[in-house]
Amino acid sequence: MFDPVVLKMLGRGLLESIYMTLVSTAFAYVLGLPLGIALVVTDKEGIYPKETFNWILGLIINLLRSIPFLILLIMVIPITRAIVGTTIGTNATIVPLVIAAAPFIARLVESSLKEVDKGVIEAAQSMGASTMRIIFKVMLPEARPSLVVGAAIAVTTILSYSAMAGFVAGGGLGDIAIRYGYDRYQTDIMLVTVALLVLIVQVLQEVGMKLARVSDKRK
Amino acid sequence: MKVDTPIIKIESLSKVFRGPDGDFAALEDINLEIMSGEIFGIIGMSGAGKSTLVRCINFLERPTQGTVYFDGVDLSSLTKKELYNIRRSMGMIFQQFNLLMQRNVIGNVCFPLEIAGVEKSEARKRAEELLEVVGLSDKALAYPSQLSGGQRQRVAIARALATNPKVLLCDEATSALDPATTRGVLMLLKDINKRLGITIVVITHEMRVIEEICNRVAIIDKSKIAEIGSVEEIFTRPKTAAARRLVFPEDHSFEQLPGKRCCRIVFNGNSSFEPIIAGMVLDFRQLVNILFADTKNIDGKAFGQIVIQLPENDLVANRMIEYLRAKNLAVEEVAGYV
Repeated sequence: MFDPVVLKMLGRGLLESIYMTLVSTAFAYVLGLPLGIALVVTDKEGIYPKETFNWILGLIINLLRSIPFLILLIMVIPITRAIVGTTIGTNATIVPLVIAAAPFIARLVESSLKEVDKGVIEAAQSMGASTMRIIFKVMLPEARPSLVVGAAIAVTTILSYSAMAGFVAGGGLGDIAIRYGYDRYQTDIMLVTVALLVLIVQVLQEVGMKLARVSDKRK
Repeated sequence: MKVDTPIIKIESLSKVFRGPDGDFAALEDINLEIMSGEIFGIIGMSGAGKSTLVRCINFLERPTQGTVYFDGVDLSSLTKKELYNIRRSMGMIFQQFNLLMQRNVIGNVCFPLEIAGVEKSEARKRAEELLEVVGLSDKALAYPSQLSGGQRQRVAIARALATNPKVLLCDEATSALDPATTRGVLMLLKDINKRLGITIVVITHEMRVIEEICNRVAIIDKSKIAEIGSVEEIFTRPKTAAARRLVFPEDHSFEQLPGKRCCRIVFNGNSSFEPIIAGMVLDFRQLVNILFADTKNIDGKAFGQIVIQLPENDLVANRMIEYLRAKNLAVEEVAGYV
């Protein structure tokens, strides 16, 4: 069964999965990181409290997070078509992945930033630091190890989401697993794709944890 | 030391916190003048409002009513930017040090300079000078997690001094430190006050901190100022109940009354003339009863004898005898004295 054609297909799927995951993670952070920061600073206890705004933002994020990914995938098809011009293939999958992952990342970032010691923020305020400076010079650097751990969680979650996109011909390893394992009962190919997914998750998680440990100066 | 003009003036200040179960007045009608160059203490029990008061001085908390003048400027009249600027004239240190844990020591000291827009190489030079002042030049590249509590507070002091402030606000700065380290940090503050002429405001719940370094003190009790005066005045003649509580705390650690065992301590010139018995009582926090005493100070040496009644607890009594022997005194137990 592992003739060159299948191997080539698996290799291509692997690369597609990694491509979708990394590009989606990058775009999702572009959206999710500012949202996460906004959630923390506009909180009632935050450094720039805006309660109504915070409530509405929280609500939108919760709404997006409560839609199952497979359904979101279908719901955003018009948006996907408008942005990418097609609804199949890896680039088309990136759109729903970003929309699903951004609110999730916002919550991850929020929880990391909330771990930053309030006293350190107060100390920065006592030195005359503005809100922006506190965000960029205190909150983000102090939360760095936790943000890195969060990023490892985000990237692995996005990888598993990307595999689901196989149901709508999204490309990548998930697509292969569904087409061969589900549609043609070729369990062996499906198992190989799962093994490859496990391998990627393992590598990403290890690298993330290692980075977090190395960058943490508290120990 | 020049003490004439008030650098901080607080007029009829109140602060009310709105909580879910109604309003809470943290401060009521506070009037205070802190003179340039002095070390001013604010003491009170926890919850009295002293931390809120110090935060009103640099407007980390905005007063609900009243005015705070810093160097003659009404802080409430300032724009955000002006307030940021004026905060650079007020350094602040905290009980938990509040250092940036992901930055090394020199990075922490440079931090307020970065915020103030000082050029990098210049900031570094200034930071190195300050580390010299606090005696931590050799720790410049260490991270806060590698330092002891006392060292961390020294870094915090260096950081607070980086922008050449006129005032240093200390919020329970020694409360997380052991007595020996506390003394070191207090001496450093005193030295900074003397050498750099910086006005220091010390918030504490410990009278010994006030005794050690303050010129004047305000006693704050139940959100109000109970008494203001020189440390000496308040120590010798506390007028209010709140002041008396702080000066003569009801100490529940003296629980055991002296027991039946007595011992005679003979001073034969081997020990210097120092309050040994009082020192022992403080160290053990156990009462002894002096039954007889006849000592003389001759050229700084102690001669004579004292008979004391030891605490009931044998363990403590034995340890006291050891303690006295360690001070080079001849100690013998005497039976039937009481």
